[in-house]
Amino acid sequence: MGILTARNLECVRGDRALFSQVGFTLSPGCLLQVEGANGSGKTSLLRILAGLSRPAEGEVLWRGRPIAEYAIDYQAEMAYLGHALGVKADLTALENLLWFLPLAGIRLSETAALTLLARVGLAGYEDIPARKLSAGQNQRIALARMLARSALLWILDEPFTALDIDGVALLGGLLDAHLAAGGMAIITSHQPLLVSCLIEKLVLS
Amino acid sequence: MKGLFFALWMLVRRELLLAFRHRGELANPLLFFLMIVTLYPLGVSPEVDLLRRIAPGVIWIAALLAALFSLENLFRGDYEDGTLEQMLLGVYPVPLLVIAKILAHWLVSGLPMLLLAPLLGVLLAMPPAAIAAMELTLLLGTPVLSFVGAFGVALTLGLRRGGILLTLLVMPLYIPVLIFATNAITAASAGLPIEGQIYFLAAMALLALTLTPLAIAAALKISVS
Amino acid sequence: MWRFFHKLASPPYFYSLSGKFIPWLGALAALALLAGLYLGLVVAPPDYQQGQSYRIMFVHVPAAWMSLALYTFMAAVSAIHLIWNIKLADVMVRSSAALGASFTFIALATGSLWGKPMWGTWWVWDARLTSELILLFLYLGYIALVSSIEDRRVAARAGGLLLLVGVVNIPIIHYSVEWWNTLHQGPTVTRFDKPAIHLSMLTPLLVMMVAFKLFAATVILINARAEVLERERRSAWVKELEL
Repeated sequence: MGILTARNLECVRGDRALFSQVGFTLSPGCLLQVEGANGSGKTSLLRILAGLSRPAEGEVLWRGRPIAEYAIDYQAEMAYLGHALGVKADLTALENLLWFLPLAGIRLSETAALTLLARVGLAGYEDIPARKLSAGQNQRIALARMLARSALLWILDEPFTALDIDGVALLGGLLDAHLAAGGMAIITSHQPLLVSCLIEKLVLS
Repeated sequence: MKGLFFALWMLVRRELLLAFRHRGELANPLLFFLMIVTLYPLGVSPEVDLLRRIAPGVIWIAALLAALFSLENLFRGDYEDGTLEQMLLGVYPVPLLVIAKILAHWLVSGLPMLLLAPLLGVLLAMPPAAIAAMELTLLLGTPVLSFVGAFGVALTLGLRRGGILLTLLVMPLYIPVLIFATNAITAASAGLPIEGQIYFLAAMALLALTLTPLAIAAALKISVS
Repeated sequence: MWRFFHKLASPPYFYSLSGKFIPWLGALAALALLAGLYLGLVVAPPDYQQGQSYRIMFVHVPAAWMSLALYTFMAAVSAIHLIWNIKLADVMVRSSAALGASFTFIALATGSLWGKPMWGTWWVWDARLTSELILLFLYLGYIALVSSIEDRRVAARAGGLLLLVGVVNIPIIHYSVEWWNTLHQGPTVTRFDKPAIHLSMLTPLLVMMVAFKLFAATVILINARAEVLERERRSAWVKELEL
């Protein structure tokens, strides 16, 4: 039973269509990997699926309803992680969690936040401003924030890029757990995904 | 509902915290305000009678420019580090988040202007009645400047040299505030009643507060797409 | 009725339909312009107060009227674009922008020319002229915004939003400037009082208004056709046209 449906999506940059007639259905437990050469529109597709951009043609449906009209319902169950992580450089890792999640409707206690940060491997780094942490550590903060939202659908744009070997394994484990619990994910990545679940591939040419 | 208030409260607190962590930069718009006012006696004439006559206009023009100056980075940091996207992808209506953000910004930029203005009034030889009227116009007018300016900022967010374009877009919209505020101060100096002007400014403030957040939210979504 | 509008929103249909209209509109506009100018410059008597120089009103007033009408038109069509996402609506807005700005400039220039023989200066901070100047800024702001955004669709939406906010502000700005002007009236009345409207002066004025409207319609349609061709240049129907 598909929950996310994309129909006939087309994205136009300048004069050319980056891609057109893209469609798929995603069900719980599914992971969709979007592949394509650089500049083929992977990020654009993910942004359209997240509802940040509008497609030139086509629509995205969540539980049968267009996300353009039912945006808040969709956004309550979806978490997007783009190239720009949404991590404030001047706030500490802990502050980034505590002060951002209320916007997603989540009120986290400090202990819960600390547990989350430990889970993503940032134990001991909670009180350091994000600007003093590495790119990989910033990525982990963003992952912790995403975990806290308990969203059904994860849309991740090249989440493995900044992570070290431990980080890659960590994210793989998180994805496995998420999908096993009935979640869904859409990912772009240049690296082969080390997950143990079924991967559907979508290639943009 | 409770979640909404908590979210807005945390947003305001976060903005104030971030501003405080960059407190060196908070002074810049105020210095700008002061500098522009200082330039008038130097460029026009330090003659007290002349200064007293042009003071309302000088203060308000300086306030307009300083407001735009301080608003330029209102959304830029959030736009660049992805925070803005996450705000747009939250579960609360964006116009409400916009109001909270601009309110927080006004607390650290508009309110200090109100506190600095009497000093500038003294520099321009303004009588006490004029200074009082000036404070009232600034209290009602600076929120309008913030909200209308924020619309221009949101619209030009993705553009590289948005600053000049911002001025062109926003200045026509500032003109009504300028006209009524300066006239209120001039009338107050002459001992005339200023209720009409104040009501108009208050009406503009209400209009800005209720309508611009919708336009700003729409502009943010356009800039992010 | 709706089906007609639906068809109109399709670029190839619009292209062919407007192609048929333009020669007629252009001819009518030229006729009206000639008639209006003849009536205004030759037939209408000189004003008892302003002599011959009032005749510039026959260009100034229609130009000012059109500048405001076009801005409102652009805002309304932008609303259509934002709500129903019709691409042709944006084409119409873009095609009107430069023309609207030109009308505003003409109104300002003719206003200035009108003022010189009357008040001896090239510029007066009269309420109408000042409002017109601010309108010019609104036009230039729109054009500047839309030219600086690369993605056409994003530019259309941003520009449309700006026009909507602008059109709401126009009454506020106009009222404020009127009020400001009444405060600073010099001893001589500096308003551009239209001379007492006699039928012999009203007729050319109305004819010129119509002429300007027809002219605007012609120019906008010509611009729009060119814009449609450019946007759709890769599609099949354009390639089939014998150009």
